[in-house]
Amino acid sequence: MKVGIVSYGAHIPRYRITPEEIGKVWGVDGKAMSKSLMINCKSVPGPDEDTITISVEAARNMMKRCDVSPKDIGALYVGSESHPYAVKPTGTIVAEAIEAAPHLMVADYEFACKAGTAAIQTCMGLVGSGMVKYGVAIGADTSQGAPGDALEFSASAGGGAFLIGSEKIIAIIDKTYSYTTDTPDFWRREGQMYPRHGGRFTGEPAYFKHVINGAKGLLDRTTTSAKDYTYATFHQPNGKFPTRVAKQLGFNDAQIKTGLLAPIIGNTYSGAVPLGLAAILDEAKAGDRIFAVAYGSGAGSDAFALTVTDAIESYQRSKAPTVKELNTNLKFLDYATYAKFRGKIMLGGE
Amino acid sequence: MATAPRFWRENPSRYNLVGVKCNSCGRHFFPPRTICPVCHRKSVGMMERVKLKGTGKIFSMTEVHEGLEELSMQRPYFLAMVELDEGVKVTAQVIDCEACDLEIGMPVRATMRKLSEEGPSGVIHYGYKFVPVNLKAKAEGPAH
Repeated sequence: MKVGIVSYGAHIPRYRITPEEIGKVWGVDGKAMSKSLMINCKSVPGPDEDTITISVEAARNMMKRCDVSPKDIGALYVGSESHPYAVKPTGTIVAEAIEAAPHLMVADYEFACKAGTAAIQTCMGLVGSGMVKYGVAIGADTSQGAPGDALEFSASAGGGAFLIGSEKIIAIIDKTYSYTTDTPDFWRREGQMYPRHGGRFTGEPAYFKHVINGAKGLLDRTTTSAKDYTYATFHQPNGKFPTRVAKQLGFNDAQIKTGLLAPIIGNTYSGAVPLGLAAILDEAKAGDRIFAVAYGSGAGSDAFALTVTDAIESYQRSKAPTVKELNTNLKFLDYATYAKFRGKIMLGGE
Repeated sequence: MATAPRFWRENPSRYNLVGVKCNSCGRHFFPPRTICPVCHRKSVGMMERVKLKGTGKIFSMTEVHEGLEELSMQRPYFLAMVELDEGVKVTAQVIDCEACDLEIGMPVRATMRKLSEEGPSGVIHYGYKFVPVNLKAKAEGPAH
């Protein structure tokens, strides 16, 4: 049975802050930081936004583009490392908001930045086995970086939602492959507000090792090579890492350009590959092949090979905003307003 | 005392703008009510729960500087009476816009955002707010 993406939706908050503005406060050369990270600005959630509202908006955009009844959704999984509740699933609220409740399976996932793609794999299994007709997989985050930490220059907010099914597929998921090890490159302990990371250790032994092995594992298993794909997207903790890993794997700039969003929105964590994939689906044509590799600290990678079908031609993309459209109507913040929005200012009485 | 159960009962209306339609006169009402204030007895058993489309236009609006404590992070904020396509008027916050963007008659659509939370360990309440539709695309320059 062929399983794939039936519909998709995205959401990115409208607020932005630049590395220069953050660097000004912490005595860091923001311009140099921007250049080294390849991040011109990052998205910031408004005070009334969180992973739940971003997931709801993305899922509603996904539902607007197709004529699937929410009652046919048998499973819904939200992957995030910033679920608003430690105990009380994000997915329950999202399921109610898209009127898919109550006859469905729901759970929240966490695997650093790849929890959303883990949700896609779960839905593939459930649809492929016939357990559910449609499954919803969401990757969304409002990630946090401690004030003054290097992460603060990149940690941003956004998310993507995918309806996985076996009918009216706009992109068949030809194969998926995961590569997982125990690697402590980035973590957040229970009850802690901000994550910690291993600095340069997050590079070669973590991101690059897992993305490259995930990608090679999938290329081997599909007997394809980089040149067989029209588009590619990789987890993007910044703009530099995915650009470098793409080159190492033999992908060129034209293949990764569309799905490379970190330079304009930063690192959306669990939202990163879902948003990159959404940006690609915004412009993909029938027959195009897509290669995607998500990375989650801890650590693991999920790689996907997709083929766009003829159904994309009649798919109603214009019923919801494209990723490009979500990057309009922007408002740039100063650091003080950003700190207020992100709860970094301790108010009297707290 | 926690207000979670009271909010929970209203979730269908807060999340999805579920109102009622009087099948005697055809009028819509929001929030839902059991009797039509126009048809009275004739509406008994004729009130049908319906999901409102969530699109409409600004009927009237104001900019709030001294408002609710839970919205202090968003001051000043915009409140509007939105006339929905079904004819119902709903009062709600209008977000993701600036004062200069707003005008009476402007088309808006419903979205779901955080309304309030019962302190750092309490329940978070979500519900409808409105965003302008087809706001002219713009990107202000970065703040320096």
